[in-house]
Amino acid sequence: MSGGNAMEKTYPVTVIVNGTPMTALVPARLTLADFLRNEAELTGTHVGCEHGVCGACTVRVDGRTVRGCLTLAVQCDGAEVETIEGATEDGRIKDLQDAFIERNALQCGFCTPGFLMAADELLNDNPSPTREEIREHLSGNYCRCTGYQAIVEAVEMTAARRRGEAQ
Amino acid sequence: MKAPSFEYAKAESVDEALELLGRFGDDAKVIAGGQSLVPALNMRLAGPSALIDIGAIGELRGIKLDGAVMRIGALTRHCEIMASGEIARHVPLLAKAVPNIAHEAIRNRGTIGGSLANADPAAEWPACSLALGAVMEIAGQNGRRKVSAADFFQGYYTTAIEPDEILIAIEFPVISADYRSAFMELSRRKGDYAMVGLAAHARVSGGVFNDVRLSFFNVADRPVLAVSAAAVLEGKEMSVQAVEQAQQALGDDLDPLGDLYCSPEYKIRLARVLTGRVLSQLAAG
Repeated sequence: MSGGNAMEKTYPVTVIVNGTPMTALVPARLTLADFLRNEAELTGTHVGCEHGVCGACTVRVDGRTVRGCLTLAVQCDGAEVETIEGATEDGRIKDLQDAFIERNALQCGFCTPGFLMAADELLNDNPSPTREEIREHLSGNYCRCTGYQAIVEAVEMTAARRRGEAQ
Repeated sequence: MKAPSFEYAKAESVDEALELLGRFGDDAKVIAGGQSLVPALNMRLAGPSALIDIGAIGELRGIKLDGAVMRIGALTRHCEIMASGEIARHVPLLAKAVPNIAHEAIRNRGTIGGSLANADPAAEWPACSLALGAVMEIAGQNGRRKVSAADFFQGYYTTAIEPDEILIAIEFPVISADYRSAFMELSRRKGDYAMVGLAAHARVSGGVFNDVRLSFFNVADRPVLAVSAAAVLEGKEMSVQAVEQAQQALGDDLDPLGDLYCSPEYKIRLARVLTGRVLSQLAAG
């Protein structure tokens, strides 16, 4: 049992993770991010600051991005959760991932899953975001390597390509 | 860090939530969106014996226009307020304030009631509620009661909500056509808590200010109405002199404590800067 001890009370939760229902007994204090990493063994969701600042743990719950570290697994009973693994297997962000590689929008890669999840949400909501809107939407994700320029460009490039504009 | 251990119970109704609060006692805390509580748990700044999860109580969600009152259920998420055309039309101060709250992923989960009940002096919704004279509806074992925003905020993270009560809804008066709203905050990074913020609301007709409400936040242990500055502006047209007089009067209204980033003098200076910018916005419409 992750994050717990033998005496700690546990609660049953069923979370639909990337389309597959998963049931586990978890302590109430287990965050969704730790649930995904330790119970579901999906380690693409990264745990950085653990207080909602860095955005490395960004996942979708019932269709919207959330902080995996600020959401308790017990709060997600019955919820649909999508992680970077699900978004990748789905194939819908392949162009975005390719653009990140093409533009060198990552170096160490720790923040990348969070950025991809946040950028995916933006591009779904707004097919023609301005650079300012991209920066605004990604403002809750920290990257300590790239200086953000290449990340913003990769998102901008993906949006343009999806609109059929060559870039 | 990881949160300390606590028990957990999910309420399906307001009555069940109140019953659970009674059963678990004063050490239990209510969790809504959890966007302030979970970081406090993770940093071990909070150590409740139990969390009562009210997140599944459907009757606490939603935005409803009822005559001259906009009623917002306590569990309504920031993102829902941001997306609401009715809010933008009838209580525009809220629509202007909401993009300043943290980041998208946090707005997708955090709730207006949670923010108000948490009463962080640096938060946006308490200042907006005070500016607009909102009314909080609170439920307890002995029924429901209403508390005005002016009486609701009582100090750092302290409100009129008793330990055995929960916040149900917030009622905002619908804005009449000759009123204008403006909202601004200064923060070190996008989405951070404001160093100083200002939620403002006034009647502006024929270029003249009346009934000005300047609600500052993160300048004290709760949001503060700058009554002297507002009095200075009453019946005046927008002018450099009027702005300067209002900025000067703020010295009587605000007595901020310094914090890690701002001295008291700097906070006053920022408050004066915001006052100038916000009055320009109000005057411009």
